[in-house]
Amino acid sequence: MVIDQQRDPQIPRSAFRAPRLSALAGAPEAYNYAFLDEVSKREIRRALLKAVAIPGYQVPFGAREMPIARGWGSGGLQVTLATLGPGDTLKVIDQGTDAGVNAVNIRRLVERTAPGVATTYSTAEATIIQSRHRFPEESLRADQIMVLQVPLPEPLRMVEPRESVTRQLHAEADYTRVWVHLYEDVITNGEISRASGYPVMVNGRYIMSPSPIPRWDIDKLHQSASLTLLGAGREKRIYAVPPHTNVVPLDFEDYPFRVEDFSGKRCARCGATDTYLDEIIVNGGGRLYACSDTAHCDERVSAERETRNAE
Amino acid sequence: MGYTAVKGGLDAILAAEALISAGDGRLNAAQVGRGARLLIDQVMGEGGLYAPELAALAIAQAEGDPIEAAFLLRAYRSTLPRIGYTLPSDGRRMRVLRRISSTFKDIPGGQVLGRTRDYTQRLLDVDGRFAAKARAAAPPATAIGGEGWPVFPSVVDALREEGLVRQTTDDPTEPADITRDALRFPAPRSARLQALARGETGFMVAIGYSAQRGLGAAHPTIAELRSGELPLQIRHPLTHDPVVLGAVSLVEVEMINHTAGGVGGATIVGGEGESSERFDLGYGLAFGRNERKAIAMSIIDASMNIPSNSGPAADEEFVLSHCDALESSGFVEHLKLPHYVTFQSALDRVRFRRLAQLSAERGTRNAE
Repeated sequence: MVIDQQRDPQIPRSAFRAPRLSALAGAPEAYNYAFLDEVSKREIRRALLKAVAIPGYQVPFGAREMPIARGWGSGGLQVTLATLGPGDTLKVIDQGTDAGVNAVNIRRLVERTAPGVATTYSTAEATIIQSRHRFPEESLRADQIMVLQVPLPEPLRMVEPRESVTRQLHAEADYTRVWVHLYEDVITNGEISRASGYPVMVNGRYIMSPSPIPRWDIDKLHQSASLTLLGAGREKRIYAVPPHTNVVPLDFEDYPFRVEDFSGKRCARCGATDTYLDEIIVNGGGRLYACSDTAHCDERVSAERETRNAE
Repeated sequence: MGYTAVKGGLDAILAAEALISAGDGRLNAAQVGRGARLLIDQVMGEGGLYAPELAALAIAQAEGDPIEAAFLLRAYRSTLPRIGYTLPSDGRRMRVLRRISSTFKDIPGGQVLGRTRDYTQRLLDVDGRFAAKARAAAPPATAIGGEGWPVFPSVVDALREEGLVRQTTDDPTEPADITRDALRFPAPRSARLQALARGETGFMVAIGYSAQRGLGAAHPTIAELRSGELPLQIRHPLTHDPVVLGAVSLVEVEMINHTAGGVGGATIVGGEGESSERFDLGYGLAFGRNERKAIAMSIIDASMNIPSNSGPAADEEFVLSHCDALESSGFVEHLKLPHYVTFQSALDRVRFRRLAQLSAERGTRNAE
């Protein structure tokens, strides 16, 4: 309601000596469980439920300011914090490794603000896995939730800069421009040149950005037993791939989708030939390859050691 | 095999934290509060929280980085409960400390230059002699107001009475809140103004400047810039009477925009028997005395108000999607994060295409 300020009595000078708002706000108090207040968590959970109900659809949500920077996993973090509770076991990975600096930072924040949540490096032990740019190598189970950090949730941005227009294109499932774009890509580059964050069709309805995971990981989304939640904090969107949902990379019959080629290469630590590999430049300019999923690699190394010891 | 995976991320982080926490020679919050008031104003605006003491603390903690300080304020802000909302406030009720108009030589209530650097000579004052001279040369002070403060009539109101600017009506709908609902486009004006008020000063000034230089139809003149303290009221939960909570320091700008012919032109269609010839208005508001940002904001708002205008300042989705300091700096700086998995994927693409190209060339050569 608008009050007629012109008719109000003159505001006394003492009003200007009233305590500042910051004084009223008082000292920072202990943070709420898992940082976010309960109302915010409820709002995020509602967005998550809607996202699960409409696979691949980007649900707008009021992304909160987090104590980590926007663009550094604040969306994934909000999804994780709204999802976990005491009894959960959290694994955080960045580029496949639990020891990455950003993974460490996010894990520390959860440890600091959500008592009762255990953290682990083991994929099998985790109930929730927050990740940037990778899926673990081993398949996830129905009782596990995968949370992906998303920088740019809009897969149509490559053909249309306007949010108001992409929203309409999605609503009408008008994806002609994407197909033309991919066709032109083939003509210009000899193949679809998109490296990571390869666009996928979800449940035969929405084109979705899988976040910048390598093409290697796309198949892990398809008919997965686990739920995948995707959070984009800066862009304020949440979306999801429910378990047992079709996730199909966009391609042409004569130019089929292909994953990264590691043929003839193996992990220098565990010897694996069936994993996504990091290329490392060694002194002298040579190349060395090692598993991107370091927890998986560690398990293989220690299993091998045990076998050797048993012998 | 001789290869050990790189670990020790935690140790590196703890070491970095220790380095930035070294306290020697650091300013404290009180020193910032006394010596960097304009920086506090900027940080409060970009942080979206009016709290001078906390902003001073944030600036001290961030070693003077305004965006990092705004980040600290924002992260703190999101932990605060919403106790309530203030009643709408009218800039005419401001306790004015400075007030100028560029549209008229003199205005009812008078021009009040106030505390400004606008007409000072920008000379580095190495030994404080210039400042001492300035203090000594001060003319006798003229007091404004007595008990209670005079209400200065608005310059725009005078133009409005003549029908030269659009009449305003109270919008009874609740204003949007972009911190609770994600921005969608076209945005309601309340969401636009909120986003701009939180916008990064440098970005806003650059965009406003581009409109002035001719990218778009804006030709702005400041009808009124007033800065001072504006009382805020809430409705008492029991008596329902308006109660003054306190005051915030603000600068408010009402910008008149004259679009001569061409794009924009006479933009507002009047009622019957009325001329449709009108000025457009733009509004800017910033915490403290961040006049630069308030002026830029009013140019941008005016640019967006001109129908079928063009240029960056008039492009609402472009400006509102990119004006937030924390979003832009966060995403630009996230490039410091490791990206080797995605880069590996890109390497695969480039090497594959190089191979295809080379074998095609070899094929051609062989055929020859």
